[in-house]
Amino acid sequence: MKKLILSLVLIVSMFAANWVAAAADLEVNTPAIAALKASMQARHGQLSPHYSAGAIGLTKDGMVAVKDATAVPLKDRGALNGLVSAENTDRANLYKEIATANGHPEWQGDIQATFAGRWIDKAQGGWYYQSGGGWVKK
Amino acid sequence: MKRLLVISSLGAAAILSACVTINIYFPAAAAEKAADKIIEEVWQLKDGQDSSKEPAAPDAEKPAETPAK
Repeated sequence: MKKLILSLVLIVSMFAANWVAAAADLEVNTPAIAALKASMQARHGQLSPHYSAGAIGLTKDGMVAVKDATAVPLKDRGALNGLVSAENTDRANLYKEIATANGHPEWQGDIQATFAGRWIDKAQGGWYYQSGGGWVKK
Repeated sequence: MKRLLVISSLGAAAILSACVTINIYFPAAAAEKAADKIIEEVWQLKDGQDSSKEPAAPDAEKPAETPAK
């Protein structure tokens, strides 16, 4: 009888160990994710001054948005909109790719919500982010 | 003894089902870790530009000035 209990415990602990290993990390090393990261990294050089100027800000849903287009000369506003829209396309694809790379497409929303908080947390002082109904300067 | 067996197998069943359930639930901690890694790469924050490190630098300089008096 004791042996039976012991083996039960052993089986359970093996399953538990398996689960811990599986839950430790999310898969983020796929070619698609790497490509998105590279594209966003390259774009960040252009976006960065706009964050500092308050022309754009981080939204509460993990995207970027034009906050104050008047911070940018009229002739550059079209380019700014293009940058923002390209960035948001990459971000949406990034969240989707992470979810599918881990076999859970339904996690996309949770991943996006997690990123939303982390982008704001890691943003530089002076950048704007959405909180509640308005923009807040960090 | 029988009761012990029943209790332990019930416990085992509960833990096993928890394992299955947890795998379906969103791993929030792992996601935060992954998000941090990606954001640091995209924003290239690894070279000491981390905002949490910036306030520490002026603080470290201050005590060096005070012993002068």
